[in-house]
Amino acid sequence: MQKVIESLAIGKKFADTQALRDITFTVNESEIFGFIGPDGAGKTTLFRIIATLLRPDEGEMRVLGLDSGKGFKELRKNIGYMPGRFSLYQDLTVEENLNFYATVFGTSVKENYDLISDIYSHIEPFKNRLAGKLSGGMKQKLALSCALIHKPRLLILDEPTTGVDAVSRSEFWTMLAKLRQHNITILVSTPYMDEALRCDRVALIQNGKILSVETPQQVKAGFSRKLFMVKASEKFKLITALRKYPETLTAYAFGDSVHVTLSEDRVNESLFAFLHESGLNNVKVEETQAGIEDRFLELMQKGKDE
Amino acid sequence: MKRFLGFVRKEFLHIFRDYRTLFIIFGIPVAQILIFGFAISTDVKNAGIAFLDLSKDETTQKLTDKIISSGFFRRTENLAGYNEIEDVFRKGKTKEVIIFEKDFGNKLLKEGKASMSILADGSEPNTATLITNYTMAIIGDFNKEIQGDQINNTLLIQPEVKMFYNPELKSQHMFVPGVITMILILICALMTSVTITREKEFGTMEVLLVSPLKPIQIILGKVVPYFLLSFINVVLILVLSWLVFGLSVKGSIILLLAESMLYIMLSLSVGILISTVSGNMQQAIFISLVGMMLPTILLSGFIYPLENMPVVYQVISYILPPRYFITIIKSIMIKGTGFMYVWKETLTLIAMTTMFIVLSVKKFKIRLE
Amino acid sequence: MKDENNTVISVRHLFKKFGNFIANDDLSFEVYKGEIFGFLGANGAGKTTAIRILSGLSSPTSGEVIVAGINASEKPEQIKKQIGYMSQKFSLYEDLTVKENIMLYGGIYGLKKALIKERTDNLLAKLNFMEYGNKLISDLPLGLRQKLAFSIAIFHEPKIVFLDEPTGGVDPITRRQFWEMIYETASVGITVFVTTHYMDEAEYCDRISIMSEGRIVALDTPENLKKQYNTDSVEEVFIKIARPVND
Repeated sequence: MQKVIESLAIGKKFADTQALRDITFTVNESEIFGFIGPDGAGKTTLFRIIATLLRPDEGEMRVLGLDSGKGFKELRKNIGYMPGRFSLYQDLTVEENLNFYATVFGTSVKENYDLISDIYSHIEPFKNRLAGKLSGGMKQKLALSCALIHKPRLLILDEPTTGVDAVSRSEFWTMLAKLRQHNITILVSTPYMDEALRCDRVALIQNGKILSVETPQQVKAGFSRKLFMVKASEKFKLITALRKYPETLTAYAFGDSVHVTLSEDRVNESLFAFLHESGLNNVKVEETQAGIEDRFLELMQKGKDE
Repeated sequence: MKRFLGFVRKEFLHIFRDYRTLFIIFGIPVAQILIFGFAISTDVKNAGIAFLDLSKDETTQKLTDKIISSGFFRRTENLAGYNEIEDVFRKGKTKEVIIFEKDFGNKLLKEGKASMSILADGSEPNTATLITNYTMAIIGDFNKEIQGDQINNTLLIQPEVKMFYNPELKSQHMFVPGVITMILILICALMTSVTITREKEFGTMEVLLVSPLKPIQIILGKVVPYFLLSFINVVLILVLSWLVFGLSVKGSIILLLAESMLYIMLSLSVGILISTVSGNMQQAIFISLVGMMLPTILLSGFIYPLENMPVVYQVISYILPPRYFITIIKSIMIKGTGFMYVWKETLTLIAMTTMFIVLSVKKFKIRLE
Repeated sequence: MKDENNTVISVRHLFKKFGNFIANDDLSFEVYKGEIFGFLGANGAGKTTAIRILSGLSSPTSGEVIVAGINASEKPEQIKKQIGYMSQKFSLYEDLTVKENIMLYGGIYGLKKALIKERTDNLLAKLNFMEYGNKLISDLPLGLRQKLAFSIAIFHEPKIVFLDEPTGGVDPITRRQFWEMIYETASVGITVFVTTHYMDEAEYCDRISIMSEGRIVALDTPENLKKQYNTDSVEEVFIKIARPVND
């Protein structure tokens, strides 16, 4: 199977900032490959290089077997790109936007309708509405339809779910999963950790460097220590107290509990005493499975310490 | 009160940190003073004057010398016959023609009066009025001089003043061509520069770039609608000025429209060039309006004749497209000239248009940096 | 510390209509002093409209809204003095430095120079910002900006601070640090009214309300809601009861 993307030691600098550093990874056909990382991590810059909109300063980027710099003309026919900001024409209707993109790519809406029908059916009733007047979730669906209308081999989605509510986000990922059947490879970035679970493989990126590339299961399994979940009556007091506890390595708030790693990888009785002395009641401690976010925090912390 | 002062302080900081605002506050007034001070002289200097001397005697010679040495005029040609008058006006360098009748000096001595004509180029009404007044003043002076020699002074030269083109000295004849020139370049350049930078600003340009569309297709696609609409605009203005002001096109309308289309193309390509150097709409609007409006109004010969300005400004005006188009449009509309008289300007415009388009396509970024 | 005897926000039968469109449909709720109150809902559900009314930027069509003891229909202007506000879209002036921004807002809220200076030094020390004092905001990374914006929003020690999606796009570590700042703020008695898209952040709140199509469809502590809807997370509660607005 041909590699859809082959990135070798890609580097990119903007003025004083090193936006990307030694980026190496590959993407296989029909894969959903996710890039997870906060704002400023370099996701957009990397995606623009892959989409042939920027040239790297160092390294080699091969997309669909072609060099992304020299082969841009051919590549631009086979890539679907949805940049982070809403990128459709606000003063054209839903239908007009779709027709425009179809024509620009030398196809028609009819030709590839089956590909987008699942997605487009949600917004088809609004096809005469101006794109600017759609809700966030609808805009994402329209943008996705427009990116797919020419049946690209590689779909590049830069933060498609940012700012969209949880229900729409979930629907969006369901639609993406279905696209696999059409042999479309999907490269997607997101700041939401939970969405990592819906990718085939995930690259964690921070400050221009890739921290890891693994399947979601491997990410969770890769957590190096035992993880404990601590609950108590008052969250803030709990965190402050845990940070003061001598055996604590890391303590992070996670919803209604605190995830803690301990130097001896086990819970000492002294913990309960310590917490009671700090004025906390109803203390509960359990071992728990590390999730993606725990791993990410671990890697980030390591990255900061290096 | 402190709240207020704190806010005022912030506003000062914003201003001093934004070079554009500083430019508007300081740069523009300074530029305006310089331009207005020098360029706008309502005095006339070095107006081109041609003589048709049918008499060629001592009197005409003296009067001619007096006129030329006044400093207001500069001799362009000596004409041989009436049939050359139209031509010399059409060429544009001559603003006034003086005709001395046959036997001027003799008639003056014997009959006490002699005939001369002052013909002025009415297509610039202000200039025409001024130079005929100067001429009259000089002649009046001359009258005094020659009378001073005689005791019985009944000698009088009374010139007949006529306007060539625009005999009624209608100011619309000055304004309408100038307005067309200015509107076309401003609107066309502004519109195209804004529409392209708008796509950049909204992010849709990224998606266009990643598509199979070629840059030239994007550029032309942007230009075509504005081209058609601007053309309709020109027709509209011409019709309106005909209906409302009675201003009709003396020369060939087809030639006028063809030249207009050329000029529109040029203006649109200026807009595209502006868009390649602007990051966002605000910059594009700023450059289009400020960078082009002032020079167009002041240095193209639209309102203030170029001959009166210091050489520096005249040189600058050579790179401004409106200067050439104003000449063309005035020639065709008011003087009724044909292509033979405007081929130089036309060629210049064609060269400029080609250059802008080539530059624009080259500078159009197929990537994001 | 949540003080249930002290209500800082009281909303009764709030309606807000734009023409025929009802953005806020009969909202009623209370927020207590020192509480961290989470305001959730899909885009278009009416959250932003409600917050604008609560922060004095807009007036209710009908109903009683009392914020920090001031009636929002009668004197919305007065509310502004009692509250702080921070949103994701805008917080600070990018072409001004850190210190200039602090001074500006301090001045706007009527603090005396000496007090501003003292608090500025404290603020910078706390955020570990000492070297950043004279840096332009545009030179700071997003996480630092958000933390600074929040500190400035509470600089004048208001009774309530409104945070509109304050942690969008920020890395997980900074996000948590931000929430620890929120905890600390609440612990000194400042009420925090926050909206967010991150469902796990909903768990950090004392109570949350979920809006859908202009109405409040849930209002309780996260634990109670999870029990009520038999789910493990607030996200699942949300998916069960909040429908995204179909325009």
